[in-house]
Amino acid sequence: MNKLCSLVLLGFLMWGADARAEFVVEVTRGQTQAIPIAVVPFASAAETAASFDVAQMISEDLARSGRFKTMDVKDMIDQPHAGANIAFDDWRRLNNDYMVVGSLQSTAADRFNITYELYNVLTRQRLLGFQISANRPGLRLASHQIADAVFEKILGIRGAFSTRIAYIAVLGHVPTKNYELVVADADGENPHVVTQSKEPLMSPAWSPDGGRLAYVSFEDRLSTIYVQDLKSGERRRISAHAGVNQAPAWSPDGKKMALTLSTRDGNLDVYIMDLDSQALTRITDDPGIDTEPQWSKDGQSLYFTSDRAGGPQIYKVGIRPGDKPRRMTFQGSYNARPRISPDESQMSFVTQDEGGYRIATMDLRGHGDMQVLTKGPFDVSPSYAPNGAVIIYATRDRGRGVLALVSADGRVQQRLVASEGELQEPAWAPF
Amino acid sequence: MKRTISIALLLAGTVLFAGCGGKHNVNEPPAAGTQAPGSSGNAEEGASTSTNPLDSDAANAARSLNAAPPSKRIIYFDFDKSEIKQEYADIVTTAARNLTGNPNLKLKLEGNTDERGTREYNIGLGERRAQAVRRALMLQGVAESQLSTTSFGAERPAVEGDDESAWSQNRRVELVYGP
Repeated sequence: MNKLCSLVLLGFLMWGADARAEFVVEVTRGQTQAIPIAVVPFASAAETAASFDVAQMISEDLARSGRFKTMDVKDMIDQPHAGANIAFDDWRRLNNDYMVVGSLQSTAADRFNITYELYNVLTRQRLLGFQISANRPGLRLASHQIADAVFEKILGIRGAFSTRIAYIAVLGHVPTKNYELVVADADGENPHVVTQSKEPLMSPAWSPDGGRLAYVSFEDRLSTIYVQDLKSGERRRISAHAGVNQAPAWSPDGKKMALTLSTRDGNLDVYIMDLDSQALTRITDDPGIDTEPQWSKDGQSLYFTSDRAGGPQIYKVGIRPGDKPRRMTFQGSYNARPRISPDESQMSFVTQDEGGYRIATMDLRGHGDMQVLTKGPFDVSPSYAPNGAVIIYATRDRGRGVLALVSADGRVQQRLVASEGELQEPAWAPF
Repeated sequence: MKRTISIALLLAGTVLFAGCGGKHNVNEPPAAGTQAPGSSGNAEEGASTSTNPLDSDAANAARSLNAAPPSKRIIYFDFDKSEIKQEYADIVTTAARNLTGNPNLKLKLEGNTDERGTREYNIGLGERRAQAVRRALMLQGVAESQLSTTSFGAERPAVEGDDESAWSQNRRVELVYGP
C-alpha cells in the first residue's frame, strides 16, 4: 500500500498541465495463486538514474495484472544487475519464483540501451536476455514491452501492457459539460484528447489495425458516426442519416462497419455499411430495438442486442440474406451489449439481476455457461484486452464514473479512479 | 437546421423504402460529409423545403415556445416505459394546436432515459419515448413533416445523481420548436 501511495505521488509529479485523468490502481481482489517475482532496480549511471525507473514500471505492470506478487524494493538486501551477480539462494529464501535484473545505459544524448534478464530462481535458469534500444520518450513503452515479454514467458499468454485504451471523459456539470474522446496507455498514462465536444460523444470503436477510431458524436444535436485517423487527426463522417446513427463496429477485415440506424418510425435495426461504397445492407428487421452489433471472428455473423422478446437479450445472426437470429442468453430479463473475446471463446456482456447491472461472461465453446464477474450495481461497457485475459469496464464509485478491470475468469479486480471528471465507455485497442 | 432536417428526411425516406422486408443492398447517396444543398420539393416523403427569413412567424413562435417553463415542454416517463401518462395529455394537445395552427413551425422531440443500463440500448429507449409523443401528435392531426425525433439515451441527463429523484427527472422527452 505504501508503494501504491508513492506511485500516486510520482504520478502527480510527472503530470503536465493537460492531464485530465489519472489512474490509481487499487487491487481490490487479488488472485491467491499470484506468482512471486522480484524486479530489481536496474543499474543506471547517475545522470540517467533520475530519469526513469524501468524496474518500477515493469513491477507495476506485473502487479496490476493480479497474476504476480511483486517484491518490495525496500526488502531487497542486494541489487544485482546481471545473472553472474545473483546469489540465488538468498532470493529463493525470500520466496521469489522469478526475478528480473538489468541495466540502463546512456549511449548518446537521450538514447539508451536497456539490458534485461529474466531468471527462474529455483532452477537458476535464464529464461530471457535482451537488449532494447530506446530514446527517452520511448523508455515507457520499452518498459511495458519488457513486462509483456516476462508475462508471456512465464504465463504463456501474450502481455497487453504496451497497448492502448480509449474512453470518454465527461468534465463539468449540467448544463455546461465538455465531452472528450481520450486515448491513453493501458495503465492510464499518456492521455491524449482525440476529439472533444460540448455535446455527447459515445461508443468509441478501434479499427482492427488500431489506426482509427469510429465514434458517435451529437455535435449538431443529432447522432452522427465519424471515423477519425489517429495519426493525422482527420475525420470522415460515415453515417448521418435522419434519426439514429449509433453503435459502430468494425468488421475483422476493417472494410465494413456494422451500425444501428432507425427507420422513420424510430425502429432501431442493425445494418452493415461497406466503408468504400457506403452501401448499406439491412441485417435485422424487427419492431423491437436491435442494436449494439459485434462481429464474429470470421466476419460472417453479428452478435447483437434485441428486445424482440420483451427485454433485451443477446442474439447471433449470419450476415447472409435469410439467416435467422438465434437467441444466446436465457438467464435473467436483461442481457445486453455483447463483446466477443479475441479468440471468440467467450462473450462478455451486461446482465441485470438482484445485484443491479453487472459484467458477465458466457462460454461460447462449451455449454454456454454464464458467470457473473462483478458486483454491480452500475457495471457496464465491457471491453476485452487483446490478449483476452482482462476486461475493462465502466462503473460508478462514490457517485463518479470510473473505469475498472476484471480478469476474464473473475478472480482479479482493480479500480481505476480519475482525478477529474467522469470516465465511461472504455475500448481496449488491438495489439 | 431546416436544411439538415430536409435532407435527413430525404435520406430517411430512401432508407425506409429500400429497407422494407429483408436484407438487400441499399445504395445510399454518400452521406459522408455531405450536407447537400437543400433540394426543393423532393416528392418521395412529401418533404418540402422553404426558406424563412429569420424573423418569420415560425421563428418567433418557436423562440417563445421554447422559452416556456419546463412544465410546458417536458414530458416525463416511468422507468422502462414509453407510455404518455395522463398528466401530460395537455402538453400534447397544446403542442398539436401550436403545430396545426402554424404549418411552418417544426417540432423536434428529444428522447432521454435515466442512466441505468447500457448506453446504446438506452438510445433505443429514448427514441421509443420520442416516437410515442410523435405518434400522439400525429393522431391529433399534426403533419409528419413538422415532426422529427432524436434520442440522447442517457447521455444528456437534466439532473445528476444515482437515485430515483435524479432518474425520474431524466426519463423525459423535451419538445424543441424550430422554424
